[in-house]
Amino acid sequence: MSMDKNVATQKLAVSLKGVRASLDLKNPVLTASGTFGYGLEFSLYGDLRKLGGIVVKGLSLKPREGNPMPRIAETSYGLLNSVGLQNCGAKAFLKEKLPLLPVESLPVIVNLYAVATDEFAELAGLFAGEKGVAALEVNISCPNVREGGLLFGQDARMAAQVTAAVRKRCPDRPLIVKLTPNVTDIAAIARACVEAGADIISCINTISAMAVDLSTRKPLLAAVTGGLSGPAVKPVALRCVWQVSRAVSVPVIGIGGVRNAGDVLEFILAGASAVQVGSASFFCPDTAFRIVEELPALMDKYGIDDLQALRGSLRIEGGE
Amino acid sequence: MLSELTVLEIIECGPRTRLGAGSGLFFLRINAPGWEKSAPGQFVMLRASIDQAEYLCARPFSICRLTDDYLGIFFQARGRATRDFAALKAGDRVCVWGPLGNFLPLDARVPTLILAGGIGIAPFVNYVDKHPDPEKITLEFGHRLPLGCYPFAELRPGCRASAHLEKNGRDREAFSALVKARIREFASSGIVLACGPTPFLRLVREFALKYKAETWLSLETRMACGIGACLGCAVKALLPPDVFIPSPAALAGPLQPEDTERFVQTCICGPNFRADRVLL
Repeated sequence: MSMDKNVATQKLAVSLKGVRASLDLKNPVLTASGTFGYGLEFSLYGDLRKLGGIVVKGLSLKPREGNPMPRIAETSYGLLNSVGLQNCGAKAFLKEKLPLLPVESLPVIVNLYAVATDEFAELAGLFAGEKGVAALEVNISCPNVREGGLLFGQDARMAAQVTAAVRKRCPDRPLIVKLTPNVTDIAAIARACVEAGADIISCINTISAMAVDLSTRKPLLAAVTGGLSGPAVKPVALRCVWQVSRAVSVPVIGIGGVRNAGDVLEFILAGASAVQVGSASFFCPDTAFRIVEELPALMDKYGIDDLQALRGSLRIEGGE
Repeated sequence: MLSELTVLEIIECGPRTRLGAGSGLFFLRINAPGWEKSAPGQFVMLRASIDQAEYLCARPFSICRLTDDYLGIFFQARGRATRDFAALKAGDRVCVWGPLGNFLPLDARVPTLILAGGIGIAPFVNYVDKHPDPEKITLEFGHRLPLGCYPFAELRPGCRASAHLEKNGRDREAFSALVKARIREFASSGIVLACGPTPFLRLVREFALKYKAETWLSLETRMACGIGACLGCAVKALLPPDVFIPSPAALAGPLQPEDTERFVQTCICGPNFRADRVLL
């Protein structure tokens, strides 16, 4: 590796310092839960160790079958899904998937899904002592499943309750809470989570949405409503990151419509410390790897030396 | 493998109507020197451009032919993405990842019955290409458009291939009866492979179960990624109860009484499934 390339690589490093624990990443590009499988699915398309980290598919205590088909539909510049958190369960992940990941050089973040506070705590307990797990991300916001997630993330008191329960079972691991945009005041939810012990806030989860087929007069998803992701949601995600990063003192991870290096820098300008690449990994399986490759040159183009300094440095005419 | 490849040629297959309308069925040849070898039954994900289109997902296609010179895809222009593919020209660049999915069983010694409906003929052109002894293959092809609209003439000589045009309900019944008789004939000593529209596959499955013929169905489902991440292409299948993470291997053996119904991804557990294990 040449000196230039070394410098270029070093300047991508970011440190997400939470109140109780920090997450140090070699670059700000993570992959979003539910869009990157359990990681290995993408190992043919890039070197996983080059990513800032991966967030694996949401895990529940027991395996989940998920929703009936159809579960995905394309919309203009967006992707609508209602998968219903089909997953192999936390125990099968620990036994059959995690040992195959290069955890020494790749931060692996588990995403937790549950329908009750004590279940969240139990799940967190499964990962608390697990060396290969770099951080926990709590999904309090998935809009796909009628019975659960949505309620926690839409109520500051319940969001805090879940955060505190997970925090208690997992005191020393970075704790990320992933917020839903389907609320009136996302900053208030973020504050409640941070007060309850969140080290990092990630946002946004998908936007509650639906699509209709005129010719069949049917909804495009079997579950009728689902979650919208893709470039269509990026402006909403940027707004949420901006509001949350100004409301809390902990790091924010931006998620929503990231598909190139420019998007990463936009999120950092708006206040994010890192980003997660979501459904863009479906559109082309090397997207996250390509973004890492493209970042140094784009930073040079805009005269950016330091991502930490860029964070939240949005220039607003005439102040605010 | 993910590659950016160059379109060599695209042709609309078959005759035009007097008003000039084409069949809407296309054969796309993509320059793929040194492209990975694939096994019959596999598919690729294809997209026409990376950043421009309002729709975002690539589309899955059976590998219709893979030679040292080109990758061939046979498709129907139906929606906005496939209509864009139909408008590709020689020299255009496309993004392709694959080969993906499991293989169709191929055994030079076993009499093999292929049942294809419409564009479901696509994977079998490649299958017959790669078969060491095409004389072991009997292929029955049901179609609604003129035969020239399909790559039927592209089938490598040697296999016994017959085409059956379906113009009306009576033709459909006759083809169904043929499918039934053929499956019965191959049940004891051969295997059956089928690809086509879901109602056709349901019919094949019904007879396959009735006559206990080892039968593999090649499915087409809506996919976003093709590599197991989006979970959009799930189908119901019967799996051994102790399997938490489904795989083609877990679905390869004959059905057991204790096997239970679960969702599996078409892209990584298929697209080729045993008829007794997949529920359509």
